[in-house]
Amino acid sequence: MAAASPALADPHHYLATQIRWRRIEVVFWLSTLLPFVLTPDYLVLGSQIAVTALFALSLDLILGYAGIISLGHAAFFGFGAYTAGLIAKWGWGEPITGLAIAGAAAGLLGYLMSFVISRFRHLALIMITLGFGLLLLEAANSASWLTGGADGLQGVRMWPLLGAFKFDLWGVTAYWYALIVLFLLFLVARRITNSPFGLSLRGIRENAVRMRAIGAESRPHIRKIYTISAVMAGVAGAVLTQTTETVSLGVLDFQRSADILVILILGGAGRLYGGLVGAIIYLIARDQFSGINPQYWYFPIGVLLIIVVLFLPNGILGGLAQLIYSERGQRWFGWLTAPLRRERKS
Amino acid sequence: MLTTRGLDKSFGSLVVARDIAISLPQGVRYALIGPNGAGKTTLINLMTGMLRADGGQIVLGGEDITALGPEERVRRGLVRTFQINSLFPHLTPLEAVTLAICERERIARTWWKNTADYRAAVDEAYGVLKSLSLGAVCYRQTHELAYGQQRLLEIALALATKPKVLLLDEPAAGVPREESSELFTAINNLSQDITILFIEHDMELVFRLASRIIVMVGGSILLEGTPDEIAADPRVREVYLGGAHG
Ligand SMILES: Nc1ncnc2c1ncn2[C@@H]1O[C@H](COP(=O)(O)OP(=O)(O)OP(=O)(O)O)[C@@H](O)[C@H]1O
Ligand SMILES: [Mg+2]
Repeated sequence: MAAASPALADPHHYLATQIRWRRIEVVFWLSTLLPFVLTPDYLVLGSQIAVTALFALSLDLILGYAGIISLGHAAFFGFGAYTAGLIAKWGWGEPITGLAIAGAAAGLLGYLMSFVISRFRHLALIMITLGFGLLLLEAANSASWLTGGADGLQGVRMWPLLGAFKFDLWGVTAYWYALIVLFLLFLVARRITNSPFGLSLRGIRENAVRMRAIGAESRPHIRKIYTISAVMAGVAGAVLTQTTETVSLGVLDFQRSADILVILILGGAGRLYGGLVGAIIYLIARDQFSGINPQYWYFPIGVLLIIVVLFLPNGILGGLAQLIYSERGQRWFGWLTAPLRRERKS
Repeated sequence: MLTTRGLDKSFGSLVVARDIAISLPQGVRYALIGPNGAGKTTLINLMTGMLRADGGQIVLGGEDITALGPEERVRRGLVRTFQINSLFPHLTPLEAVTLAICERERIARTWWKNTADYRAAVDEAYGVLKSLSLGAVCYRQTHELAYGQQRLLEIALALATKPKVLLLDEPAAGVPREESSELFTAINNLSQDITILFIEHDMELVFRLASRIIVMVGGSILLEGTPDEIAADPRVREVYLGGAHG
């Protein structure tokens, strides 16, 4: 079928089309601006969603692309969060450099950890990452002189963003900030997944044995993506700290690692937007349900998760893609998934 | 080109390789035959380093590679395919072969450029696929391909690494007879610079395509020789061809 169209017979054309921006992507990113106009009361939630989306994106890079499971990814999120908090507390409240330092710190931790991670797979990985996460949580808990322990880190004061925009109570600056950071790192992630390196990651996910048989060493690849993922998770944590001006032990909690996994699987792993869509649905649903009945908030989420896993094995986005890329779906929505035209851009 | 000396391997008390000594000169087409469970696949695993030998030595082009891991051996030109498809189900053939080429050219660590920017690698991948008549299906996901096409992709992946010695583990396993002949024609048309060892149960194909044959039984090499020598040997008839030629 693919060969029917002569244009498709050219592999360069085919690959170039694959990585072109789609209209639906533009629609998606533009619509992230809507809350400024439509729901200005929810900008704080909006920035939480952006932070969570970035965190999910970082997990997607290792789980969705390289197939490396983690039940302790909050370790890097929390490490970034505390690093950002401590820098500000100790007198350097400039957000952007703070963000960079926190990302680098989390990345360093991820790099060290990656030497262990790259040696294991499957169940062993679940146990190791779980243990590592718990270890870090306990460490933060007992080092209360540094972290404030269960009381949380107090005295985090951020300077205005770029010296001009104060982090306000309504979350306007916070949402802008979180959104821009998310978008920039999304661009990085998108580039990675379209690169030869990204192709190798998918190879590792699909068949690690065959990777060896084509002469590919998986471990350096795994170490690299794990480090990148840790940086992103750390940046996500740092944005949370900077926009809320506080850090609690919750940033390192097992619950956070589990939630982000659920979010990614709900949304659809291995497709970049899965974590983003998952974060939007999950956090909005939590906001709504917990208003009605805070104690039982996990009940509807549990139901949703079971339904998704049973009926949409590739997550919500995977299910949507299947619909849209079906023949009838293309007739209706083809214009949305069509790549942007080249002529328009130049 | 490829030489093994005294290779041994046992799984517990089961000896699957006993003192294996073979030598494959460059460009020769070897067939490796033997009854089920003779240890043929195991021998490929040993040669490629997917299994560690208990003892013995493996030399590729004059270099002792016994201590090297499988990836290193592939980089030096010792490449295999699998009896049971071992592919990348959710990659397209074009992606899979490009992946192998990027790894070979060591551009696989680049994360800041698009794969599509490496036009030479993509062209080469497409060329390999076309040479195995996979050009028309190279944009579909691998798991959607017909079984016979997947067997061809097994070979395409191996070829993308630019092998010097190619070890094909029953390349036509499970392929209907008419197609398997085609598949072997494709193998036969591969560059004469590549040394090939293939495992195959269909004697007609073996005698048609191999210039030399190795017979393995119970973890040992029973005999090595030209097709005529093998066909004439009474021991081979007894253990292997017994029914067919007797
Ligand atoms: N990992 C393993 N552990 C234990 N025994 C094994 C293992 N791999 C293979 N064997 C045994 O070693 C023997 C040789 O197996 P091998 O797969 O090499 O045979 P083969 O000659 O390739 O057979 P076939 O023609 O059926 O492919 C068999 O008896 C098999 O059961
Ligand atoms: Mg076998």
